Amino acid sequence: MDLIVQGTIKAFELIVTFDPEVLGITWLSLKISGTATLISLFIGVSIGTIVALTNFFGKRFVISLINTGMGLPPVVVGLFVTMLIWRSGPFGFLEILYTPYAMIIAQAVIATPIVMGISLASIQNLPPNLRLQILSLGASRLQMVWILVKEAKLPLLAAVMAGFGGVISEVGASIMVGGNIKGYSRVLTTATVMETGKGNFDIAIALGIILLILAFIINALLTQIQQRQHLR
Amino acid sequence: MRVFRSSKVILTLMIVALIAAFGTSSAFAAKAAPKQKNIILATTTSTQDSGLLDKLIPIFEKQTGYFVKTIAVGSGQAMKMGEKGEADVMLVHSPDAEKKFVEEGYGVNRQLVMHNDFIIVGPGADQAKIKGVKSSAEAFKMIAKTESLFLSRGDNSGTHAKEKKLWQKADITPAGQKWYQETGLGMGQTLNVASEKKGYTLADRGTYLALKKNLGLDILVGGDAALLNIYHVIEVNSAKWPKANADGAKAFAAFMVSKKTQAIIKTFGVDKYGSPLFFPDAGKKVEDLGK
Repeated sequence: MDLIVQGTIKAFELIVTFDPEVLGITWLSLKISGTATLISLFIGVSIGTIVALTNFFGKRFVISLINTGMGLPPVVVGLFVTMLIWRSGPFGFLEILYTPYAMIIAQAVIATPIVMGISLASIQNLPPNLRLQILSLGASRLQMVWILVKEAKLPLLAAVMAGFGGVISEVGASIMVGGNIKGYSRVLTTATVMETGKGNFDIAIALGIILLILAFIINALLTQIQQRQHLR
Repeated sequence: MRVFRSSKVILTLMIVALIAAFGTSSAFAAKAAPKQKNIILATTTSTQDSGLLDKLIPIFEKQTGYFVKTIAVGSGQAMKMGEKGEADVMLVHSPDAEKKFVEEGYGVNRQLVMHNDFIIVGPGADQAKIKGVKSSAEAFKMIAKTESLFLSRGDNSGTHAKEKKLWQKADITPAGQKWYQETGLGMGQTLNVASEKKGYTLADRGTYLALKKNLGLDILVGGDAALLNIYHVIEVNSAKWPKANADGAKAFAAFMVSKKTQAIIKTFGVDKYGSPLFFPDAGKKVEDLGK
């Protein structure tokens, strides 16, 4: 109990005093996970929309694959990304293992199926006649897709939140491909694991609290946008 | 109007994110740009968890301009990385495995850096009554005999290798026994598990001292010559792995055995724990340690 109180006090101490190391770690977490989410957004929404709007042989199988991907275990992603980019791997020439780039790639791989799955479901969930209606009003196919995506904005924002929430809180892949290097690839989750290992529970708790606050602020912001839309 | 406004908000958010991403990449690039400036140091959890590397690495980076990527894993995994050429230099403490590593041509220039010692820690109640026993193998026998809970690292780390050697010396096969549990975690976490479960474990003194304040564990056995914990630095054989940063590895190894670094190691931890965590040994012979 003492420890939790101490940890909470420590957390506020670190936040209020703008501890440069913690600030750096927080900012890096935000940058890496934000970039990864953005990448997953581009890939996930576009492929999700295409799969939702087209009919092809094996569509159900593809959707099953995407849905399975939503539960992709981060450590497995970490393992595969590591094997692909280490020096003796096929992408070893890039020399990006143990860099923030590698973390962005791994996190994007984790977030993409999540965003894709939710976009797919939300586009499919739109009334089927809507497409015909838009087309009959003289819209081109591209315009139709754009309108549909805008119509599904509410669940799409949920996809962003789910994707971002999935990667900012992820530790397995980040520690494997990033290496938890001080001042370079150390993010909130990997720092928490390390401080726990060191027995610095107060700092570990503090980092945990900062992570929660960060996730809350981002989600509150997105929810704000999402719900304003809803009240229209 | 409302629709328009919120799409504008989203657009703004995206632009902000893009700018952040862009700023990120240029910031990363600034640090990672010159080729072969990076050194991948594969080391053990004990050197990181004790805080020693946090003290030494910045000095090395400032002196040489290299950027060190410290990957703290068990000694076993560290050497596996070396075998694959995924690391440039290793700071490890698993002598038997190290010798094999060098003999097989994976590593070169194995140099003695420092030592401390392993200790057997356990709950104050000490149900196996090993406190004060001189021989570590004897203590292990008593733990086995009383079937007291023993937590093993189980991760092929240097500590795990030492532990297996001690069991062998005690002529006991603990694997599969009910009182013998493998955590598969680092030293710090294994100590926490032992503390929570009131079990015994083998730990390096450095990590134990660093974590002592949160642990309900006492030092029960120590000082046995069989418990020496010896750290070597090994450079990855660049003849085998041309991609390895041989110059960087050499520079790091030279730094670790330099007079200045050895002096820092000698006093590291004294202010915080009252006694040093490691004893510098550069230039000495392994046979002379602990005398």
